[in-house]
Amino acid sequence: MSQSPATTPPSPADAPAYNPRNYLNAEAGIRSWLLTRDHKRIGIMFLALTTLFFFVGGLFALLVRIELLTPGPTIMSAMTYNRMFTLHGVVMIFLFMIPAIPGIFGNFFLPIMLGARDVAFPRLNLLSLYLYVIGAGIALYGMIHGGTDTGWTFYAPYSTTTITKVVPVLLGAFVLGFSSIVTGLNFIVTAHTLRAPGITWMRMPLFVWSIYATSIIQILATPVLGITLLMVAVEHAFGFGIFDPARGGDPILFQHMFWFYSHPAVYIMVLPAMAVISEVICAAAHKNIFGYKAVAFSSLGIAFVGFFTWGHHLFTSGQSTLDAGIFGVLSMFVGIFTAIKVFNWTATLYKGSVAFTAWFAYFCGFLFFLVFGGMTGIALATVSLDVHWQDTYFVVAHFHFIMVGATIMAWLAALHYWWPKMFGRMYPERWGLVGAVTIVFGFNATFIPQFLLGNYGMPRRYYSYPERFWPLNVASTLGATLLGFGFLLILIYFLWSLKYGRVASANPWGSRGYEWGTLSPPPPENFIGQPVYPSPPHDYTEGSVQSGDPHAAEVTHAA
Amino acid sequence: MQPEAYVAHHFPNLRQQEHAARIGMWLFLATELLLFGGLFTAYSVYRFLYPAGFAASSEHLSVAAGTINTVVLITSSLTVALAHHFARHGKGRTAALCLAITLAFAAVFLVIKGWEWTHDFEEGLLPGRYFHSSELTATGAPMFFTLYFILTGLHGIHVLIGMTVLAILMVLCWRGAYDHGYSTPVELGGMYWHLVDLIWIFLYPLLYLI
Ligand code: HEM
Ligand SMILES: [Cu+2]
Repeated sequence: MSQSPATTPPSPADAPAYNPRNYLNAEAGIRSWLLTRDHKRIGIMFLALTTLFFFVGGLFALLVRIELLTPGPTIMSAMTYNRMFTLHGVVMIFLFMIPAIPGIFGNFFLPIMLGARDVAFPRLNLLSLYLYVIGAGIALYGMIHGGTDTGWTFYAPYSTTTITKVVPVLLGAFVLGFSSIVTGLNFIVTAHTLRAPGITWMRMPLFVWSIYATSIIQILATPVLGITLLMVAVEHAFGFGIFDPARGGDPILFQHMFWFYSHPAVYIMVLPAMAVISEVICAAAHKNIFGYKAVAFSSLGIAFVGFFTWGHHLFTSGQSTLDAGIFGVLSMFVGIFTAIKVFNWTATLYKGSVAFTAWFAYFCGFLFFLVFGGMTGIALATVSLDVHWQDTYFVVAHFHFIMVGATIMAWLAALHYWWPKMFGRMYPERWGLVGAVTIVFGFNATFIPQFLLGNYGMPRRYYSYPERFWPLNVASTLGATLLGFGFLLILIYFLWSLKYGRVASANPWGSRGYEWGTLSPPPPENFIGQPVYPSPPHDYTEGSVQSGDPHAAEVTHAA
Repeated sequence: MQPEAYVAHHFPNLRQQEHAARIGMWLFLATELLLFGGLFTAYSVYRFLYPAGFAASSEHLSVAAGTINTVVLITSSLTVALAHHFARHGKGRTAALCLAITLAFAAVFLVIKGWEWTHDFEEGLLPGRYFHSSELTATGAPMFFTLYFILTGLHGIHVLIGMTVLAILMVLCWRGAYDHGYSTPVELGGMYWHLVDLIWIFLYPLLYLI
């Protein structure tokens, strides 16, 4: 037996480059996919579906940006515009950002990283996929038949009285919430009961820690959103009167209940991104993580504090000054835990030996968006500043930096980093770098003008604007177009590489993550034989580096 | 079937698998609590906004019916616990009988609830827009009945789901599926039923007593 971290006989060193009997071809036919309980196949289906919806949501974003290309009406009416940004928000948040990383990479890699053969409840896992499809179907039905014009936030009383079809969209989001709960529940139970012998809690890969923290939020926050959306749906459908002030209801209560979920939900989106980054950074630097425990526990810290900050969305909604102050300070605590992570990641790079791969480029992009998005967040959490920025493009730019920018960077980093493991093929590295540069540049070109626009006072969610905002809006639309091309390029070369890409070895990056110990692509049962775990995850100490590692000679000591 | 035959391929042994099932159920129950937690929050806020209206509305509910239902549900929790006890000791038929009694209690609960609802309908004690009562004119009364119907309605749906689960378990118990030392499904079904009961224990004072 060799000394690799997760050794499965035959060890990857003398394994065939492309595992001939893998989870992709072990069974054939559409039924074998639709009825599968294999977490890897479910992950792949999530990959296909969330990517599809990402492009759908992106299309709506482009339409929104084209409308904003000129000050007056450009290609659509005000009503259509309202529907477009709602469609964009709902699709991106509920159908892409929340399910993407946990659904794809959580499903695929969490069990493998724990040395397990599957998640704890494989049938529930498949159910989660179907709930996703059903929820998406219901929501899309509503969007096509009339659409919704409330924004993804569904603020009452507008959402309870609008003439557009809001009920199916609400019910769709409700069902999607269940999908998210089931996924989270599965991951928590898997981490508790299916760790292979040798993987103690303090030896769990950091990816698992962060996904675990995400799952806690999914379990605790999603039901509250579920019931809130249900109440709005009931009110809209039957005029029951819960949030509508005309019937004695309190619309601020809606805002509280909505943000009690939806602020933690932003951590449902960004914690998985942090999960990916913690893995990627070790492999990029060829060094053990600096401060394993700090990174692991700060995930739990974020999950915890994230539950006590929702009031920063109500600074201008008539919340008391004292409440606003408290929520502002609590919001800044999140910055502390985030900073702990950022410092540890960057410290990991110190004296590392970095190869500038596409996924490392995305790591850099991630760090940039997280830090600058986070700092604008701290600024927004300062009540007096937020009064100026509330509901302007500054907020839009803020959450696109931190939530969208950071999460998409991590999603792309994960795709590139794990592509060889998932499909046994390499993506074309040169095109990968071109794509990464395009995306990072496009993002900045899109959203930096929006920071400025917001600061000059341009409000969000309007389809026209005064002449003086024109140049910056043109810049933003150009940036968005660049982004669109970037994503298309990435899609094309990934699809290309499935067939024509170079065959990947079991561990092309020389990574020490546990998941690289098995074959590429993994066999249906994940490992051949029982894997053993003699060393902690992310351990790059000398003598334990696997063959095929281009950096074997330069590896420095683990921190 | 021997207990070992129930072990799924990805679990090392039955004990581990049962452990996983139990954690999973506890987590699921937590989500259920939070689902109702949202409604309880709304209830608290509006109770605070309309104290008089809520108190007056509460008096229009039948305390007797509520109390009987509470007793019925608590007793049904006992029978479900007994069912698990017997199933664990290999007495499938007795367990099935206990589950049958539980189902009967559940049915009684729903009948009484249905009677209450018809009564409310007749008096015009309806949610929101549909509220029309000549006796009860306090501000906040329509809101009380909105919440009343949503809370008891959602709880009623949970009773129905619970009954379905217990009915399936009853048939399986009767057929002897759990006679060989593996009874986790009965335990989990029972846990769910206890939750349905627990939520009612909160609903009862909030809606009927205060
Ligand atoms: C350093 C931590 C953070 C702080 C202090 C912070 C602070 C804030 C504040 C104060 C607002 C309200 C602005 C307003 O409505 O005027 C806001 C909005 C928002 N934030 Fe953050 N934030 C942080 C991190 C995040 C993260 C990590 C995400 C997502 C992954 C995120 C997503 C959002 C979204 C989606 C909104 C806008 C919601 C809307 O009104 O449509 N934030 N943030
Ligand atoms: Cu927030």
